[in-house]
Amino acid sequence: MTPSPAARLSQWMPKLVIAPSFLLAMAFIYGLMAWNGYLSLSASRLLPNYEFVGLEQYTTLFESDRWWVALTNLGIFGGLFIFFGMAIGLLLAILLDQKIRAEGVLRTVYLYPMALSFIVTGTAWKWILNPGLGLQKVVQGWGFTGFEFDWLITPERAIYTVVIAGVWQSAGFVMALFLAGLRGIDDSILKAAQIDGASLPRIYWRIIIPSLRPVFFSTLMVLSHLAIKSFDLVMALTAGGPGYATDLPATFMYTMAFSRGQIGLGAASATIMLATVAAIIVPYLYSELRSKR
Amino acid sequence: MSAETRVTPASAGSRWIPAFAGMTASGRGAWHRLALWSVLLLFAFFFLTPMYVMLTSSLKDMAQIREGNLLSLPASPGFDAWAKAWSSACTGIDCGGLKPFFLNSVMMVVPAVLVSTALGAVNGYVLSKWRFKGSELMFALMLFGMFMPLQVVLLPMSQVLGWFGIASSIWGLVLVHILAGLPSTTLFFRNYYVGLPDELIKAAMLDGAGFWRIFWRIVLPLSGPILVVTLIWQFTNIWNDFLFGVVFSGGDSKPVTVGLNNLANTSSAVKEYNVDMAAAMIAALPTLFIYIIAGNYFVRGLTAGAVKG
Repeated sequence: MTPSPAARLSQWMPKLVIAPSFLLAMAFIYGLMAWNGYLSLSASRLLPNYEFVGLEQYTTLFESDRWWVALTNLGIFGGLFIFFGMAIGLLLAILLDQKIRAEGVLRTVYLYPMALSFIVTGTAWKWILNPGLGLQKVVQGWGFTGFEFDWLITPERAIYTVVIAGVWQSAGFVMALFLAGLRGIDDSILKAAQIDGASLPRIYWRIIIPSLRPVFFSTLMVLSHLAIKSFDLVMALTAGGPGYATDLPATFMYTMAFSRGQIGLGAASATIMLATVAAIIVPYLYSELRSKR
Repeated sequence: MSAETRVTPASAGSRWIPAFAGMTASGRGAWHRLALWSVLLLFAFFFLTPMYVMLTSSLKDMAQIREGNLLSLPASPGFDAWAKAWSSACTGIDCGGLKPFFLNSVMMVVPAVLVSTALGAVNGYVLSKWRFKGSELMFALMLFGMFMPLQVVLLPMSQVLGWFGIASSIWGLVLVHILAGLPSTTLFFRNYYVGLPDELIKAAMLDGAGFWRIFWRIVLPLSGPILVVTLIWQFTNIWNDFLFGVVFSGGDSKPVTVGLNNLANTSSAVKEYNVDMAAAMIAALPTLFIYIIAGNYFVRGLTAGAVKG
């Protein structure tokens, strides 16, 4: 039996409809990725130049002091950002889960920074943390005249101000993820533990927190990928400074590619960022998609 | 305090541990409750302080900024700094305020949000209700686009935009935002549509309805919540974007985030923090407004993007 032309069309329709989006997305994601990869192997400087130079740009990259500063900063920023983001987020989620009457209001308060642009966050914190008229002056005004808080303009400390602003922006988001996880836990297990006489901290430590393992995992994914992509916050808060003391790979890439006329080097640093993200995300996506089958 | 804790276990969705309720009735429980509330309020202050500082600073005059205390209330609140931030503050060498940038953002965000959401809805419909061989792989390949560091596309994309003649224009930005948004809008709709019963589609097919008729008559009318989630998600992301804005825009197509950053980093003899804060408030208001009126949908978008269902 041959299908009617109409049936045949409706058989093809879904593929026809998704094809343009799919092809565009593939060109955008993988096409540009490959192109960027090629640029990173070329001699491009101010303008793209497709003369193949092998891994020369990568050699230059890893011999560059500034790149190592960016990587070290990513380690410091990423580690602290993930740790404090998770710790504060989990703490707030557990506390909010104790039958708090004003839960809705508090949740709104904890989460609103996530609706702001990192540029807004950076601008606000730059004002708060500036040593001249900001927090330092407030605390000195309270009588602690020796109080100093000039991290924003101290090269060795400035990266920690990025952590403060980053955690401020993202902790509420982590709280929302954990809260959703907590609400998904089956109450009967807890009641059983209650009857056995387990104390509340013990229940949390032994039963609730371990059963949140998938949430920990996805939060870790989200935060680490946020950390690697961090760009706006640094640009608004410190612009990578003082000097290049708060450079991260993303700001390094931007500076090289768009203001230093080092396109090949910028492309190489972007490729390293991609490889790092892929190493974290691909196994995660793979397991997520597999487990659903 | 005890009235508050006397809630039946099944009455609400949140965690209920009877022993804890018993404890709250006793004196020790009251202390627990006090400690709990102290920590919660402490964090509420931590999260609210920057907003308080932004708002109060923006209402102060420069005299009070210079001598005053960061946390003090404005002595004579006024919108002078807001007016200056909007129409006459300097961003680099231009001194036209944030207004042109704000309008650029509006012109960029509206088409980008509508197109990426519409495409996401259709893609999600195909990938959930009209699966074919390879469609799951298609989905997985697209999904990676949500996570890849966008730095990878910056250099090649600026060349592509140049070829199309839309480099440094709002249309170039719109195109990039649509492309970058496709993976997440597709994911949102697909995961939502997976939850719609297949029987609905099959029944409509038996009645002779085709691909588009089913979409318009059955699927789309059921899409209300996910449409709101996606529209809000895309709006927030595109409005707040800085990376594409700073790389792909030209002199007269810069979005508001770039305008704000230029304004706050313009070095002048006297740093006008009140104007900076007013500008930050202006840039934040649209997304903040949406968060306040439709926060739940925003949170659903956040969690949907993080936890793949």
